[in-house]
Amino acid sequence: MPWFKRSKQNISPDSQKKDLPDGMWEKCPSCNEIIHKKQLEANLWTCLKCDYHFRIGSGEYIGILLDAGTFKEMDKKMRSADPLDFEDTKKYTKRIAETIKKLGLFDAVRTGTGKINGTEIAFACMDFQFIGGSMGSVVGEKIARVIDKAYKEKIPLVIISASGGARMMEGAFSLMQLAKTSSRLARLAEAKIPYISVMTDPTTGGTTASYAMLGDVHIAEPKALIGFAGPRVIRQAVGKDLPPGFQRSEFLLDQGFVDIISHRKDLKSTISKVINLLS
Amino acid sequence: MARAILDFEKPIFELEAKLEEMRKVSDNLDIGNEIIKIEKKVKQLKEELYKGLSRWQRVQLARHPDRPYTLDYINLMTENFVELHGDRSYKDDKAMVGGLAQLDNYKVMIIGQQKGRDTKSNLYRNFGMSNPEGYRKALRLMKLAEKFNRPVITMLDTPGAFPGIEAEERGQAEAIARNLFEMSKLRVPIIIVIIGEGASGGALGIGLGDRILMLENCWYSVISPESCSSILWRSWEYKEQAAEALKLTAPDLLQQGIIDRIVPEPLGGAHKDHKLAADNLKQVLIEELDKLVKIKPDKLFEGRIEKFGKMGVYQE
Repeated sequence: MPWFKRSKQNISPDSQKKDLPDGMWEKCPSCNEIIHKKQLEANLWTCLKCDYHFRIGSGEYIGILLDAGTFKEMDKKMRSADPLDFEDTKKYTKRIAETIKKLGLFDAVRTGTGKINGTEIAFACMDFQFIGGSMGSVVGEKIARVIDKAYKEKIPLVIISASGGARMMEGAFSLMQLAKTSSRLARLAEAKIPYISVMTDPTTGGTTASYAMLGDVHIAEPKALIGFAGPRVIRQAVGKDLPPGFQRSEFLLDQGFVDIISHRKDLKSTISKVINLLS
Repeated sequence: MARAILDFEKPIFELEAKLEEMRKVSDNLDIGNEIIKIEKKVKQLKEELYKGLSRWQRVQLARHPDRPYTLDYINLMTENFVELHGDRSYKDDKAMVGGLAQLDNYKVMIIGQQKGRDTKSNLYRNFGMSNPEGYRKALRLMKLAEKFNRPVITMLDTPGAFPGIEAEERGQAEAIARNLFEMSKLRVPIIIVIIGEGASGGALGIGLGDRILMLENCWYSVISPESCSSILWRSWEYKEQAAEALKLTAPDLLQQGIIDRIVPEPLGGAHKDHKLAADNLKQVLIEELDKLVKIKPDKLFEGRIEKFGKMGVYQE
């Protein structure tokens, strides 16, 4: 279940970053357009030229999707306890501490409540930057609790996924988070409370094999990688090149696993419309 | 039975071979006492060896090619087994088997992942790696069990869900997620048994239930030691360290509170005596069924939410 992705860009010398004033400019990984950061932000981190959706975190999604000032965060400081005393090339505790320091986030998901065009919802958004958006005990528990919040308050649930899958460093504990979150969603569904799953680039592995694929309605951002096994693993297993567009949002819609592909600019209104029609 | 010998088992096989030789000539020579002495030594050595196995050695035992598989256990434990086929939607997945059977006094639905024993049967069984239709077949059988109020027993033994192009096209992730969702709510008891390899989501796809049992020499984790090594160490060479780090054996998982009970295997592993391994499992299954059938169907769902809700360690 890979949680990192080797970027193919920047391999050839020509594709190296050009000398640009520090931190002011971003290059679109898809069409190489140079975009000023202010402009990119105003365009909700999508390319002005080709509509490429840059990967963004929970902070940005909260700003884009929730009514200003309505987000009330839950379990903000919950953090990993390293149940296996795990060590690979680095101690897991050290990896966690460094990531927390670097990102100012405590784990790979933020949860809480907020309003979307005036409607109160339970909300979760993953951060791919945090160890590949991997799901360990903290992500599983926070997702479970936000599902319970929706269940108790009888408010719709929206989860934004961005994840490489389950977190290796917590072994079987991570795997069990798939079961934990799915069983809570089953209870939510019995209570007939709407759950909208939003898949962003990338949503793979255990996250896809649990809550991301269990929505009443599935929304994906354009061209997001969505799947169970990662493309590298599949290429190795089948020994052939993968078809173009394989495991992208548009492919999933064609195969029947995604309902709607929504541009980030329309995401809030799309979610809001679906929620209103269901509740 | 064909004999595949693992590296760490070699000293014992050599001693046993010598013992066999001695027995053959013992009619002519007076070496009875000598033989008894060596027999004792072999037994002692075996007990020590298998008690002190490393996690990687357990992984090797879990993959032993002579190990009993799902259909072996079904044949040895049950009567009147009727195998059922297909997901009623796409096809019959040969890596996932299941059907109705009589286990002692219980009429049950038994479902499990099935490996092959040689190249030909492994190709037929896709090495025990299911496609989405395998998980959907398992779900169909579970729904059937629910309809007729039959307890469900699932057996986990897979190197993973199949990572193929078509598996993705047909929604491998959705199939696994759907099973977890539906198994939570199933209104009949579910017993899970890990009988070999429990590789990640592919295993868990039939692994949500009321009791989780694990045979002594199995592994169950979020990733195989080899893949973990290749990702975290960037090389396939660190599988032993990865196995240690993942803490993926039955005693580890019992301590972590993830499994409920370890089912003892014959000395040296289940492959040494299929009948004994199956008898042990049968006895434990009957004990567990006796308890589970007393639980009201309405209580099962909440019980599973609570059971899996407890799994996980974090600081607040």
